Amino acid sequence: MTDLIRWTAAELAERLGAGDVSSVEATRAHLDRIAEVEPDVHAFLHVAGEAALTRAAEIDRLRAAGEAPSPLAGVPVAIKDVLCTSDMPSTAASRILEGWIPPYDATPVARLRAAGLVPLGKTNMDEFAMGSSTEYSAYGPTHNPWDLSRIPGGSGGGSAAAVSAFEAPVALGSDTGGSIRQPAAVTGSVGVKPTYGGVSRYGAIALASSLDQVGPVSRTVLDAGLIHDVIGGYDPNDATSLQQAWPSMAEAARRGAAEGSLAGVRVGVVKELNGDGFQEGVRSRFAESLERMAAAGAEIVEVAAPHFEYAISAYYLILPAEASSNLAKYDAVRFGLRVDPGRSTTEQVMALSRERGFGPEVKRRVILGTYALSAGYYDAYYGSAQQVRTLVQRDFAAAFEQADVLVSPSTPTTAFRFGEKVDDPLAMYLNDVTTIPANLAGVPGMSLPIGLAPEDGLPVGLQIMAPVREDARLYRVGATLEALLEAEWGAPLLSRAPELGRPVPVPGFGTEPDGGTR
Amino acid sequence: MPDASLEITVADVQHLAGLARIALEPGEIEHLAGELNQIVDSVRKVQEVATPDVPATSHPLPLVNVLRADEVGAVLTQQQVLSGAPDQQDGRFRVPAILGEEQ
Repeated sequence: MTDLIRWTAAELAERLGAGDVSSVEATRAHLDRIAEVEPDVHAFLHVAGEAALTRAAEIDRLRAAGEAPSPLAGVPVAIKDVLCTSDMPSTAASRILEGWIPPYDATPVARLRAAGLVPLGKTNMDEFAMGSSTEYSAYGPTHNPWDLSRIPGGSGGGSAAAVSAFEAPVALGSDTGGSIRQPAAVTGSVGVKPTYGGVSRYGAIALASSLDQVGPVSRTVLDAGLIHDVIGGYDPNDATSLQQAWPSMAEAARRGAAEGSLAGVRVGVVKELNGDGFQEGVRSRFAESLERMAAAGAEIVEVAAPHFEYAISAYYLILPAEASSNLAKYDAVRFGLRVDPGRSTTEQVMALSRERGFGPEVKRRVILGTYALSAGYYDAYYGSAQQVRTLVQRDFAAAFEQADVLVSPSTPTTAFRFGEKVDDPLAMYLNDVTTIPANLAGVPGMSLPIGLAPEDGLPVGLQIMAPVREDARLYRVGATLEALLEAEWGAPLLSRAPELGRPVPVPGFGTEPDGGTR
Repeated sequence: MPDASLEITVADVQHLAGLARIALEPGEIEHLAGELNQIVDSVRKVQEVATPDVPATSHPLPLVNVLRADEVGAVLTQQQVLSGAPDQQDGRFRVPAILGEEQ
């Protein structure tokens, strides 16, 4: 049964459908794995435990009665703590929401439940999704399964670590400036930020409303597509939700994997998202991937995006501005923490509660956003940032004239060590230099693993971007590249990750004196 | 660059913290003033290309005003709305005094 946790969601769904395994068995295996590795990884803030097993048993009964709600029914899933769940605390990793159980489910969560997926728990993140390492979680960081002394990326480090450590086959994330794609890159997993408006934001605790997008986190491109198909599509509860029919992303992934060819695909290499400041091993793996794609028939073209270098500055004005407004709802009145020393006014209680409930990065960004929006500075900062947003969108439009998809390394470096950047906000912000342009323009992006950096043995990710509404291209191209790379490696990249939480074996033939752990 | 480094003073941060309703400690205010100056110095870069001929974009995709049908929808019950309240009374949110003694 240990293999069970290594199955992809697609494999697990197939075996659930064939009756080879029950959802209770699958859910229990993942809960056991969580119990085994969580002391090291800390991907979860809440584990559903019995509630998950109860739901799994329900799904098994439905399936036995021929009423399985979807082919994915019974597959366990982890949910980023930024998404509201009516039966589990939803804190966005902040003290100000400690223990809060929302009165409703976020739409992507409701859709997963309706399809019969079994929520395993809530995953760790940087507080209110502000960060690139999970070091800003109020509940302690998540550790990278490849090297426990390193960050798993952020903000969605918990979801990425959970799938990479085989604690869940699939998970949900949210991506405001790279919070799905950057953790995927540094943990050797797959993550997709859909087109803005492609997945409902209803019930996603808002960071920056014009940038936030919910998306899938997985170990394979196909699994991401399967989840994308379930959570995507129009939702009247989100006014920015796109009203249109979407093709099946899973179908696009299957087609891409089966074809094994990129003939006729124009792949644009973004000149500005590579080069100086990028780690040597990241650059070499990226270059090899380009060769691989060219060998598969892709036409590789270099494209210029001269305004991308301004994107990060625009982002760190637009995001704090929107966040300072969104986070005004934590007022110690309607929900969340209230610190009341007595004989104080509502305003004083509000200020004390926010002082106690918010961590340092949240305070930094709220104050920065308040500054950027204040009278006398609005045009110089927020206004200019919005103009840069136009320029970034124009760069994308021009680039997509020359290419069907754009590619870059997903991150400038592999996973860094804890503490390396936590006290240097600007250094931390630079982690997002590759992923931010997609959020500013609303275009979809995917990160998938392309190998290990020779100098540190850590995963490297490739980012693929497509025009708005063309998410299927990511899956088509991503699945082809994934299939080509895995054929060459002989196994998925994650099979090379170190063993975790292995119990010390009983001494005997074939066992190693140190238990064989790394 | 004395101008740039002095752009956000400790008094400014104190004022901003008041606007943002965060009772920052004196140490935090001093620390933040330093950090914010660094950050603002860096993000000021947007002004280099934000020339008057470039229109502003507030949203990734063009949207028109979105209205739903004027029908009663599935909404939360009063009990659900109050379920997370730090304090409540008679079906309402209960708050500390709105006005201080001097007000």
